[in-house]
Amino acid sequence: MGEAISNYAKRILPSTDLDRLLEALQQKGYTLVGPTVRENAIVLEEIEGAEDLPVGWTETQEAGSYKLSRNGSEEYFDFASGPHSFKKYLFPPRLKLWQAKRHRAGFKVEQENDQAPSYAFIGVRSCDLCAIEIQDKVFMGDSYVDPVYKERREKAFILAVNCTKPGNLCFCSSMDTGPKAKSGYDLAVTEQLKESEHVFLIQAGSEKGHELLEALELADADEGAVEFENKQLEDAATSMGRFLDTHKLPSVLKNNFEHPRWEQIADRCLSCANCTLVCPTCFCHTVEDTTDLTGDVAERWRQWDSCFTGDFTYFAGGSARASTKSRYRQWLTHKLSTWTDQFGTFGCVGCGRCIAWCPVGIDLTEEAAAIRATDLVSD
Amino acid sequence: MSLRKKPKLAVYKFASCDGCQLSLLDCEDEILAVAGAIEIANFPEASRAVTSGPYDLTLVEGSITTPHDAERIHAIRRSSKVLVSIGACATSGGIQALRNFKDVNEFVSVVYARPDYIETLNKSTPISDHVWVDFELRGCPISKAQLLEVVNAFLNNRKPNISKESVCMECKMRGTPCVMVANKDPCLGPVTQAGCGAICPAYNRGCYSCFGPVASPNAGSLSHWWESKLGVDKDKLVRSYRGFNAGAEAFRQESEIHERG
Ligand code: SF4
Ligand code: SF4
Ligand code: SF4
Ligand code: SF4
Repeated sequence: MGEAISNYAKRILPSTDLDRLLEALQQKGYTLVGPTVRENAIVLEEIEGAEDLPVGWTETQEAGSYKLSRNGSEEYFDFASGPHSFKKYLFPPRLKLWQAKRHRAGFKVEQENDQAPSYAFIGVRSCDLCAIEIQDKVFMGDSYVDPVYKERREKAFILAVNCTKPGNLCFCSSMDTGPKAKSGYDLAVTEQLKESEHVFLIQAGSEKGHELLEALELADADEGAVEFENKQLEDAATSMGRFLDTHKLPSVLKNNFEHPRWEQIADRCLSCANCTLVCPTCFCHTVEDTTDLTGDVAERWRQWDSCFTGDFTYFAGGSARASTKSRYRQWLTHKLSTWTDQFGTFGCVGCGRCIAWCPVGIDLTEEAAAIRATDLVSD
Repeated sequence: MSLRKKPKLAVYKFASCDGCQLSLLDCEDEILAVAGAIEIANFPEASRAVTSGPYDLTLVEGSITTPHDAERIHAIRRSSKVLVSIGACATSGGIQALRNFKDVNEFVSVVYARPDYIETLNKSTPISDHVWVDFELRGCPISKAQLLEVVNAFLNNRKPNISKESVCMECKMRGTPCVMVANKDPCLGPVTQAGCGAICPAYNRGCYSCFGPVASPNAGSLSHWWESKLGVDKDKLVRSYRGFNAGAEAFRQESEIHERG
């Protein structure tokens, strides 16, 4: 995804200067959002500076398991995806859309003004950059533009981190969504910790990023650093813990709508919706109307929803997808098959979140492989 | 203020601790608005003044545990246009439904000096086992925000915005890292109906299922994960499902499976 490769020069940012960069962003009025340790996980939250980043922390992940640990390293970005993604800032879990007040015989609608600050997203991995690109298509790709998403998105600054330490559940190589950030960022860094030095190779990807970088007056990257970066990214590309064979995958899934595997997954699946809520591309939401006790003020709220809920397909007479089998099938086929019809890409960027944060460790790469292995209609 | 006739509210109590009906009085900020919108016609905890029925909205707290109560609930239903059962006792039998798994006469003989004075049923059952219930509001105790929402929806003639989905959804929306995944703490959130706001995981505890089972709980799969990956033994499994909602059908079945071993 994202073919463009930046032509801006690569520079060297000493790790001790990371705060200079973050301060420059703050001076431009950005609120920093980045990885930080909270309650046994590396989450995304507003941060004040480099001291809030998870230096010395890493994690190991298995299906249904995430284990935070200290590794004593000086690195800032020595970990893979955590439970949060940047979607919570662009597409907030719960949002008031408007309110209406009774007015003479009718009512008057008052639009809600989104008060969100301009965010600078710190440490966006390539998979998450691609996820943002996918949500861009969903929320602003055609004539129905989501104004809140659009405003937050256009105001945001993206500091990407090329991924040199993919985790055990990562498969961006399979999805062509990483580990190198290709486009869609303002600045991208590659962290390099060698015996003698700890630096970030840094490159602008936009005019905004370029301007900021120029002001820091950094030295050009030498050939050695660039070569080392290439090696880091090549190694990363071949050390993914998971793999997904995407060859003809959309049609394989479409052809196997009645595969017995769906029933078997349904025995394990809790229909709890965790996978969809942690997924950085899932965009489904519902709207809720509320009233005050007098009935004089009504409000409309939007909140995250999921194809795993009964209400998602509820209309007169019941839910169209009443069984867990049909709900899991919807999730998997949307991510890996029908999304391509709808938006031209997969709805999965290979971040592994749904595998780690499924409370019973259901792994979509395993499920897709199992269906392919016993393809009922091989063509 | 709209010009509508104030509907009459009644609140009744069966076997319960009073906590749920007190949530109504606990709505400090909203109680005046509630009293302005609805006539509190029969609510002994709030006022001795009782206006006779029929009532437009009746809230029923508590479970049915005596032959007398099994009769009384029918009279209440007859005098209520809309009947809403509130709390785990009224919706699943409550913690006192633990008696359902044992011989109640044995308890009576041990607990009371004069067992012959005690007239009790051998099971504690939810209101909906006895009469038609228009809406069941879950929780031990109920959430006062949800109670207000039910009253509010009733007053405005709309469906209450009460989710029947998992606690996990609330947990994820508030951004709590899952305690089962990150800490290996058993959590009933995936099989429990939302409503509490996922408080326990936010304080690093697994969910106790105060709000009872979701619409289609897969407790078997959850138990299997607890046993095989989190090292939870049979006793703990039985106890986990035998909480405030022990009498809820899905939890009753699941606890009995593990009791049998
Ligand atoms: S489907 Fe799973 S692996 Fe793919 S983007 Fe979503 S959370 Fe990540
Ligand atoms: S997988 Fe489900 S929740 Fe996610 S975008 Fe598709 S339908 Fe929506
Ligand atoms: S796949 Fe896992 S996370 Fe998703 S609904 Fe099923 S049990 Fe929940
Ligand atoms: S902590 Fe419990 S409620 Fe929260 S997501 Fe995990 S299993 Fe669900």
